[in-house]
Amino acid sequence: MLQIRLHGRGGQGVVTAAEMLSLAAFEQGRHAQAFPSFGSERTGAPVVAFCRIDEREIRLREPVLQPDVLIVQDPTLLHQVDVFQGLKEDGYVLINSKRSFEELGVGEVARRFRPERLATVPATEIALRHLGRPLPNAVMLGGLAALSKLVTLQAVQHAIRHTFGGKVAAANEAAAAEAYEYVTREMQELKAC
Amino acid sequence: MLKQIEGSRAVAEAVALCRPEVICAYPISPQTHIVEGLGEIVKGGELAPCEFINVESEFAAMSVSIGASAAGARSYTATASQGLLFMSEAVYNASGLGLPIVMTVANRSIGAPINIWNDHSDSMSQRDCGWLQLFAETNQEAADLHIQAFRLGEELSMPVMVCMDGFILTHAVERVDMPTQAEVDAFLPPYEPRQVLDPQDPVSIGAMVGPEAFMEVRYLAHAKQTMALERIPVIAQEFEQRFGRASGGLVRAYRCEDAETIVVALGSVLGTIKDTVDDMRAAGIRIGVLGIQSYRPFPLAAVRAALQEAKRVVVVEKSFSVGLGGVVSTDVRLALSGVQLQGYTVIAGLGGRAITKASLARTFADAIAGQLQPLTFLDLDWRIVNRQLERERQTRRSGPIAENLLRDVGTVAAKVH
Repeated sequence: MLQIRLHGRGGQGVVTAAEMLSLAAFEQGRHAQAFPSFGSERTGAPVVAFCRIDEREIRLREPVLQPDVLIVQDPTLLHQVDVFQGLKEDGYVLINSKRSFEELGVGEVARRFRPERLATVPATEIALRHLGRPLPNAVMLGGLAALSKLVTLQAVQHAIRHTFGGKVAAANEAAAAEAYEYVTREMQELKAC
Repeated sequence: MLKQIEGSRAVAEAVALCRPEVICAYPISPQTHIVEGLGEIVKGGELAPCEFINVESEFAAMSVSIGASAAGARSYTATASQGLLFMSEAVYNASGLGLPIVMTVANRSIGAPINIWNDHSDSMSQRDCGWLQLFAETNQEAADLHIQAFRLGEELSMPVMVCMDGFILTHAVERVDMPTQAEVDAFLPPYEPRQVLDPQDPVSIGAMVGPEAFMEVRYLAHAKQTMALERIPVIAQEFEQRFGRASGGLVRAYRCEDAETIVVALGSVLGTIKDTVDDMRAAGIRIGVLGIQSYRPFPLAAVRAALQEAKRVVVVEKSFSVGLGGVVSTDVRLALSGVQLQGYTVIAGLGGRAITKASLARTFADAIAGQLQPLTFLDLDWRIVNRQLERERQTRRSGPIAENLLRDVGTVAAKVH
């Protein structure tokens, strides 16, 4: 079973991101469960959402304590919340930023994990360009598809179309595709050096 | 049709497939998405004829449901927590009058301290009200139980509460196989009321009944619940034949064959317990789990039959009778009268405290080793409990308990969950 934890702030569509990820997995014929962690439902407050993906029915109802994948939609959380808590040794991390892990001040933590499974993507900037609004959630999923191959970009785009309509969907699809290319390039550069 | 869908939306669509004629809506977390979904469906013209009534309170929601049901309409409402308490007087009236209303309770704790998260305190507070209470393990089962609930309630002319864990189920997006309208229509016939307020054939409903017949009216409610013990498995079986999946019924055993230890629980925590049981079975431990789907009527015979060969029974429940201990465990013990076994009550998940596999595995291992207290509070933070008790010993004006404990715990925002 694949377990994903998403961190962000109220208003950034963290819960929607988890739901879209589950839709993408469902689209690929898998079982998926998405659910939020409730509490501080205020704009700007730290929010956590979860997603599980498996080939068989998912019965577990506890929060994701040992994620295989970590998505951080807001880099300002890195020094406020222990986002890396429980992350598996071979886990994936995607942070919304154009800066590196080192520059974000989490280089020390990052060294505990496999470098080819860590990436940053400027999802807010990409979202602003395509949507005109700083909503990084769907964009991050495009980046995740490139980083982890756990879901395809096509499945992510299908989930986006299922969640949004018309122009918003199209803009999010394009933004997700750009994030996909950005992270793919990043991975290629890492391999080269 | 398979859908990846939020639990609340699945329930809204399942209820709509049952063609309710009156839906009373008043918002309260975590139930709100259900009536919002139904509101959309009614406004979109997909469900007609149906009157969607925005009422001014939960008390009104149940009162209007009573009026609608007495006028012969298939009636539905949903609530949670304080909302259920606020409508409590009308809840008793609905069952006392024998009106087959179906209500979803998106289970949530009861304050004070105010808390929006999941446990079973709300439904349990109404367990003696005369309504049938069915508990869903998954969103699939929640959707299916509503379809069964209308059928069951209308057959018996008794109201049915479908209980599903707030947030854990209502807000979880997962796979649900949604039936078609034709399938539901074939399973659920149109509502044929036993009593109806009809100007062409006037009756009065709601007479005052003195000592001469009150006990008999109450007994008849019990007689109907006793009949429900027979009808619930039959309806669940017919549902399985028509829809191709098992949902509902009285109880469901999982890996209980040859089990020395059987865990008993209600609702969505059964999934986490099953995963824990699988791990322990893989380690050679003879353990199983019994899920109770029908809490009222309480299936004494079925529970006894499932548990009587075990050496020990651990009831894990999200409810708590202050001053006694377990609520579900008391009923389980009644089912086991005269049977010699070790019984444990584990109060877990109150106010949304996460129930983890790790904590359950540790608790079950303690029970097997004979080291579990008869009444255990899963993952209770003794540090802050003892600090408050000490504070109360030291100072008369020790202050409000909730605020003191929050100060002792410190900021929660920095934690992941």
